[in-house]
Amino acid sequence: MKRHALSTRIWHWLNLVCVVVLFMSGLTISNAHRRLYWGDWGFAPEQAWLVVPRFPDWMTIPGYYSLAVARDWHILMAWPFALLLLFMWVAMLVNRHFQRDLVTTRKEWQPKAIWHDIVEHLKLNFDHEGGKFNFLQKLAYGLVLGVILPMMIFSGIAISPGMEPTFGWLLDLLGGRQSARSLHFIFAFAIFGFFVVHVVLVLLAGPIGQIRDMITGGKSDEA
Amino acid sequence: MKRRGFLAVASAAFVAGCNKVAESNAGSKLLGAAEKWHQGAHRLLTDREALAPEYPRSAISPYFRGNGSIDPQNGDYQQQAAESFANWRLEVRGLVENPMSLSLDNIRKLPQRTQVTRHDCVEGWSAIGEWTGPQLSLLLDAAELKPEAKFIVFRCADNLNGQDYYESIDLIDAYHPQTIVAHLLNGEPLPIKNGAPLRMRVERQLGYKHPKYLTAIEAVASLEDIGGGQGGYWEDRAGYQWYAGI
Repeated sequence: MKRHALSTRIWHWLNLVCVVVLFMSGLTISNAHRRLYWGDWGFAPEQAWLVVPRFPDWMTIPGYYSLAVARDWHILMAWPFALLLLFMWVAMLVNRHFQRDLVTTRKEWQPKAIWHDIVEHLKLNFDHEGGKFNFLQKLAYGLVLGVILPMMIFSGIAISPGMEPTFGWLLDLLGGRQSARSLHFIFAFAIFGFFVVHVVLVLLAGPIGQIRDMITGGKSDEA
Repeated sequence: MKRRGFLAVASAAFVAGCNKVAESNAGSKLLGAAEKWHQGAHRLLTDREALAPEYPRSAISPYFRGNGSIDPQNGDYQQQAAESFANWRLEVRGLVENPMSLSLDNIRKLPQRTQVTRHDCVEGWSAIGEWTGPQLSLLLDAAELKPEAKFIVFRCADNLNGQDYYESIDLIDAYHPQTIVAHLLNGEPLPIKNGAPLRMRVERQLGYKHPKYLTAIEAVASLEDIGGGQGGYWEDRAGYQWYAGI
């Protein structure tokens, strides 16, 4: 058995492309109206909870200000992003990657165990005793796959006016349209935060081996 | 600094790649097709009569933002405004059996629908207001659409950046119960910035599909020969999606 299943590797790299395009086109969409609000409505500075800085063109798709083109990209890549996430969930439940590697035990949630994990991380000791992932990895991957990525899809559906007659309950659940838009933005930056930490840890853990294994699958690390 | 430089170069290369894809024939077709997939999914999942949410009066925003044209200076609009739009006419024409020309009084005497709805601008902001006016279906039934009519085009009095504003919707949205020709906002005649004296409400789509300063409702078989052929002012000018329910 390989270290990373084929389904995991395919999803990982295709999802990366989707997320990068969605994030960079999303920055253009943010530039179109740089204020975030809570509740159902909001349009003026005095109603905003956050004024978002203008993202420079080099960070954005299409690389110049065009809300229409950015929306084209966003609307296109939402499809593979959502369908691939569904595929990944089915694959990791079927091949038991989720049950085997991502599910945490009660023991792992003990403060002492968590503290031990944090200390080992700070010492840059990435040797895990048994199991594929340590607790912090399980938590991070679990949050990304189970909460943050799905929330991007749900909050995105919720702010589509054409979906609202059927999925209005989703908008109510998220606290109204402007709240849903704010959450869409917050979760997008949560993904960005994960991306940065993920890349840094890969670099520290030996990038060549890590990236090679994520492409070829690597050898089994189960003795 | 070096790392930041690397990031900027990598980003620029990625963006350039994306733009190449977008400019290619297959790429631009794909980008256009995605809009249709969303519309298809929306239509599949949502009943054609299903309503956009309506709010209690207490949810109305303290004022209603206007953007795009907010005070048209072209044609005789200013003179009409000075006359309180007493001579405003709304034509119903095109592929109809009985073309009509209606005064504001005619419109006010029709059965009315009042709805407190949320307006979502494509830019991202939202405002809630109460709109009143006759359903578009009422006017279309009175004018009797010919069988070849497939789209409804809205003609407007405002000229923005040298182009007359217009918009269009298909018959599913045209016959939707919340699609009304609004003449009141929060119980008062429409302010100029919000489209006086008449504006469309197409509640399941974004703000640019709700044309203001409405002068004519035109039934057509195809959008190809109208304006730039993309179905609306913003669609022609900047490539906005014709289906604005996304």
